[in-house]
Amino acid sequence: MTALAYTVTDSATMLRRNVKHQLRYPSVTLMLVGMPIVFLLLFVYVFGGQLGAGLGMHPHGDRTAYLTYVVPGILIMTVASAALGTALSVAMDMTEGIIDRFRTMAIARGAVLTGHVAGSLIQTIIGLAIVLGVALAIGYRPTAGPLDWVAAVGLLLLFALALVCFSAALGLAAKSVETASNTPMFLTLLPLLSSGFVPTDTMPGGLRQFAEYQPYTPVTQTVRGLLTGTPTGGHAIAAIAWSLGIAAVSYLWAVRLYNRRRAADPK
Amino acid sequence: MTSGSATPAIVARGVGKSFGEHRVLDQVDLTVEEGTIFSLLGPNGAGKTTMVRILSTLIPADAGEIRVAGHDLRSEAAGVRAAIGVTGQFSAVDNLLTGAENLRLMADLRHLGRDKGRRRVRDLLERFDLTDAADKPLSTYSGGMRRRLDLAMTLVGDPRLIFLDEPTTGLDPRSRRTMWQIIGELVADGVTIFLTTQYLDEADRLADRIAVLDHGRIVAEGTPAELKRRIPGGHVELQLADPVALRQAAALLDVALPEDDKLALQVPGDGTLASLRRLLGQLDDAHVEVKDLSIHAPDLDDVFFAVTGHPTAEPTTEEALAR
Repeated sequence: MTALAYTVTDSATMLRRNVKHQLRYPSVTLMLVGMPIVFLLLFVYVFGGQLGAGLGMHPHGDRTAYLTYVVPGILIMTVASAALGTALSVAMDMTEGIIDRFRTMAIARGAVLTGHVAGSLIQTIIGLAIVLGVALAIGYRPTAGPLDWVAAVGLLLLFALALVCFSAALGLAAKSVETASNTPMFLTLLPLLSSGFVPTDTMPGGLRQFAEYQPYTPVTQTVRGLLTGTPTGGHAIAAIAWSLGIAAVSYLWAVRLYNRRRAADPK
Repeated sequence: MTSGSATPAIVARGVGKSFGEHRVLDQVDLTVEEGTIFSLLGPNGAGKTTMVRILSTLIPADAGEIRVAGHDLRSEAAGVRAAIGVTGQFSAVDNLLTGAENLRLMADLRHLGRDKGRRRVRDLLERFDLTDAADKPLSTYSGGMRRRLDLAMTLVGDPRLIFLDEPTTGLDPRSRRTMWQIIGELVADGVTIFLTTQYLDEADRLADRIAVLDHGRIVAEGTPAELKRRIPGGHVELQLADPVALRQAAALLDVALPEDDKLALQVPGDGTLASLRRLLGQLDDAHVEVKDLSIHAPDLDDVFFAVTGHPTAEPTTEEALAR
């Protein structure tokens, strides 16, 4: 086998390991998927009537109008929530003796990290499917054609890759599992400070600028445009650029942290 | 199956390692011949685990030339890793998987392939008496079972050289004997074993050669028999009836009074019948009443005292900082 084939085989082995962890302890996955669902129901049924009236552009029903508006934001929150799990599982792994065993074995470089990242992406896909199912059940009616769906899911997964890599690096940088579970929390709150829940032009000056220029907004706008035909306003390129940029920088940072941990560990 | 001309499994020359100001290993030389058990003996904090971590590619040495399984440790780490297996004193198992899944994971990472991997897992479960617990989560495993699984995982890839870092520390006597038996079987199969231990009896029972490590330096090396010849034997412990008798006996036998307030004296001696008879005769003649007497075979403390001139007490923080 070539080096590349070994990398693929070993990464697949590590992925299987992470999927087994997830299956054995589904409570983590359920918790990560539960949060965006709670936000969806809370915002649609508690705030939705009022917020929908404020949107003032949809022909049928204020609450339904808001549901249509908020689902892309909730989907991105689902992506962020799944990424939280990466930091946690990476940090927990680093406290286990098995990582030392892996390091004394002839295992392809990066396979451990790749396994975590791929495992989290699978978790993200499951999470997106469940959240979309709930949204459809309560009346969300996207107008997207097959190609739009492919593009929307593709962008969500690309953004998921970025956040998962970033979260993996945070998990490696954390000194303890507790820190690792708290630090990436802001990733799930950032959708609130984007165009995910209300249009940015209703926000006051400084906040509005932040909301418009942070990466969540172009991703949200593009997904929204693909799913329900609103104008994407050239956000697609920014969305892809942000995702690729965050993914690349975070991956390099994570690999560096993983290798440095080995050298410094005085135990 | 080994011949004199075979490449040694491990050759290390001038190995040094410091963590900050703290020098953990200093000019360590060792040679481990293929197919033998080599034991690195020393107290906690002597540097044993650091040596294992260096030899098994986990951390780099600061100085020295090391070849493991015929490969240069620095430039051919992948070759070293393919030839070795490591079982540390902290269990290196995946706690979220079952025993069988842990072994299967190792088989996959060693690229054994589906059928061969499955066979190997089944054989190892059987050999290590884990078949019944194979599909149970590790949280239900006892300490001894965990250690056996750990070693079984190490063996999945058929390593020619196995590092066992304090494999019996914390095990009950029965699990300890099981572990010794397994180690014996491995060597019978021609595997080379690098064993660290704090127990002289363990090194004595298992090892072909023993190196004594103290504060990062090798202070003695040889076969168990050679090493034991350097130990002046054990000691006899006398329990005296009262402080007066204690002082009398100490003066009579010319040994130091105990530092604590126990009424016990340690008298150097190998516990042979003649020496005991002489000792008791001396005490009888002086009318010193002895409540109890026990004979202590040489232990690690005696080896240490013999080769280093100081007991095995762990270095205090001050000493550690001064180093």
